[in-house]
Amino acid sequence: MSGAVKDIETIVREHPFFEGLLEPFGKLVSGCARNAHFQPGEYLFHEGGAADQFYLIRDGCVALEIKAPGRGAITFQTLRADEVVGLSWLIPPYRWTYDARAVEFTRAIAMDGACLRGKCEADHDLGYEVMKRFMPILVGRLQATRMQLLDVYGDDA
Amino acid sequence: MVPRVGRVRRRRRESPSVWTLEIEADGPAAAPGQFNMLTAFGIGEAAISLSGDPAVPGRLIHTIRAVGPVSRALTRLGAGEALGLRGPYGAGWPLAEAAGRDVVIVAGGLGLAPLRPALYRLLAERERYGRVLLLYGARSPADILFRRELESWRKRLDVGIEVTVDHAGSDWRGHVGVATALIGRAGFDPARTIAMICGPEIMMRFSIAALRDAGVTSQTIFLSMERNMKCAIGLCGHCQLGPVFVCREGPVFRHDRVAGLMTPKEL
Amino acid sequence: MEHRGHCVLTAAGLEALIDVLRRRGYRTIGPKIRDQAIVYDDIEAVADLPRGWTDEQAPGRYRLARRDDEALFGYAVGPHSWKAFLHPSMQRLWTARRAGDVVVVTPEPASAERLALIGVRACELKAIAVQDRVFLGGARVDPHYQARRADVFVVAMNCAEAGGTCFCVSMNAGPKADAGFDLALTEIMDGEHRFLVETGSAVGEEVLAELPERAAVQDDLAAAEAVVARTAASMGRQMRSDDLHDLLLDNLEHPRWDDVADRCLTCGACTMVCPTCFCTSVEDSSDLAVLESSRSRRWDSCFTMDFTHVPGGSVRASARSRYRQWMTHKLATWIDQFGTSGCVGCGRCLTWCPVGIDITEEVRAIRASPRRETAAP
Repeated sequence: MSGAVKDIETIVREHPFFEGLLEPFGKLVSGCARNAHFQPGEYLFHEGGAADQFYLIRDGCVALEIKAPGRGAITFQTLRADEVVGLSWLIPPYRWTYDARAVEFTRAIAMDGACLRGKCEADHDLGYEVMKRFMPILVGRLQATRMQLLDVYGDDA
Repeated sequence: MVPRVGRVRRRRRESPSVWTLEIEADGPAAAPGQFNMLTAFGIGEAAISLSGDPAVPGRLIHTIRAVGPVSRALTRLGAGEALGLRGPYGAGWPLAEAAGRDVVIVAGGLGLAPLRPALYRLLAERERYGRVLLLYGARSPADILFRRELESWRKRLDVGIEVTVDHAGSDWRGHVGVATALIGRAGFDPARTIAMICGPEIMMRFSIAALRDAGVTSQTIFLSMERNMKCAIGLCGHCQLGPVFVCREGPVFRHDRVAGLMTPKEL
Repeated sequence: MEHRGHCVLTAAGLEALIDVLRRRGYRTIGPKIRDQAIVYDDIEAVADLPRGWTDEQAPGRYRLARRDDEALFGYAVGPHSWKAFLHPSMQRLWTARRAGDVVVVTPEPASAERLALIGVRACELKAIAVQDRVFLGGARVDPHYQARRADVFVVAMNCAEAGGTCFCVSMNAGPKADAGFDLALTEIMDGEHRFLVETGSAVGEEVLAELPERAAVQDDLAAAEAVVARTAASMGRQMRSDDLHDLLLDNLEHPRWDDVADRCLTCGACTMVCPTCFCTSVEDSSDLAVLESSRSRRWDSCFTMDFTHVPGGSVRASARSRYRQWMTHKLATWIDQFGTSGCVGCGRCLTWCPVGIDITEEVRAIRASPRRETAAP
């Protein structure tokens, strides 16, 4: 993307995930944010690791994978611009349950999970704004997962 | 009621259990969305949608998944072997209605096969239509049908092709996720759009919901239903869905015609 | 319909009628006792008819009983309907012969048989008309039904006995035959044993002209009217039928369907005896080397597990869904498809159901507590 380098607060506000977030929440949230980028093939995090941050993708593509013995890494979801990678930072024990790997060069906003959790505890109104934005994503992923689980396209083996 | 005899010219394996037969036969050409009843002599008959270019006369292309004795027998027919043919039957895709509009095609799994003739027609008469977009979901990269053709269409500048799979290995660079997720991200203008959907019924229901969430109306969504068929001419009773005979009033339906019939369980 | 006026035949006249029809090349079919039921079979003479017999019918019950008179048609309808002859249970469609890679398909020729149906009840006339609409009234005509139906001679019989499960009056299908016959008879036992005859077609008149008939007098007409009136007043069942389409289709999730599913065996007997049920399946067969193969059509029933089989399973897997399909098709969606109800109130499905399910009761139960759930758009 060309143009002047934007400050982190602007970048956070512009991301669709935080659309409509009122002041002073924007400032609070930005305090937990920083820029991040990943090379193709680079992992954002691994299964079992501490889920201490999550990522709002600005552009690029991230594959969520699970490794199974004998089957290698199985990708069960790809996420692209404007989508969110990482939900386990919200719930104890704050551990990742899968790997996330950048498929292409990916730019993202890395949000410090512990930082944001702390601010949500301190200000429940902020907490509600954050929860309101995560719930639709969670529910959407759950519905999609059910469809994938049903294996509707049939047995091609 | 009585089949005419056709001959297999060629067959090609699309995936472990899916084959495409190229059949030489006389008779009327099928329109996109229509189907023929194919007989494997001595075994039985099955309803198979046209999956090839409707513009080529005397040559019928059908893509068949081997799931039962009849389809298995059909997929085993080699070049030169005879088969029976009845048809074409049914109501096809609304290409005339799509003129001047954007066309969003949503295909799931083997559902791409009955939609491919529509794509051929759209691309052959490209200037008649607005945007043309194919959203295709398959089980895994190995199950992607007509892959080379999709890749060559992708090279065109005037058609959008998005493919997703339910799961993949790490060598897959494309989307992984449900086909319905592609709908939300496709960025089409719902007011100008006609949608055509074919795939497993669950996938069609969810795709329809996603299309309607995106603002496409029930009157501009068309889907292809599948039911058990024996006669294909509305006389054996098997394909009924409520008052509708799928072989005759379908298999392609405008969504508002069948919306109420898809909700009750086991109708 | 041209009516020449009424005339009267005796039993001897009825014998003459059968003879005339046979001489004209018809295969004469009428009621006969076989296997402890009154069925439709080839008849050659009045002696073949169930003289002095009646039937006692109730849900799940059918018994023959002796009458105290010598009526020839003193019973309602049995397990057969005329569809056994017009839409037979087995029909070959084509044969194919192969020599190397060359296959030649030969269609099965349509039947050239001419049928005379003797003793067709009003409900059965309606049922034949319903099947005419199915097989001849759409864009695709069934050539085999068309051939069988083309030259049928119909001798209707106005019922003198209402069966225990009959409700033709509720379905506007009887008990008086008003259309679709060549001759219509009413058996009168009051006084001389005779038949009032009404003609319904030019062929009917032609045939009648060869019979030893006498003109009808007021007495005959009044006696025949009384027979019909008495039958109409003694129907075994009653069912309000003007609202069935919406009543049933608005109640697809009514708990009554679970109730009937508990009782229904999905045996399909109702579909076999129903005079309007028309569903068929096909079977292909061949010799081992597939040098000769053929396809035949046979009756099928929506109650079978396979009826709605698609890859993955059956659409209607539960007994509940299959019973619901049969009843809602017969009484409701048939109207959308063909413009009339599929039911003629003959009562066969009640009588021949091994557990005695009574559709008039099922309708009554749903009507008594309608849910009026309409499906979400």
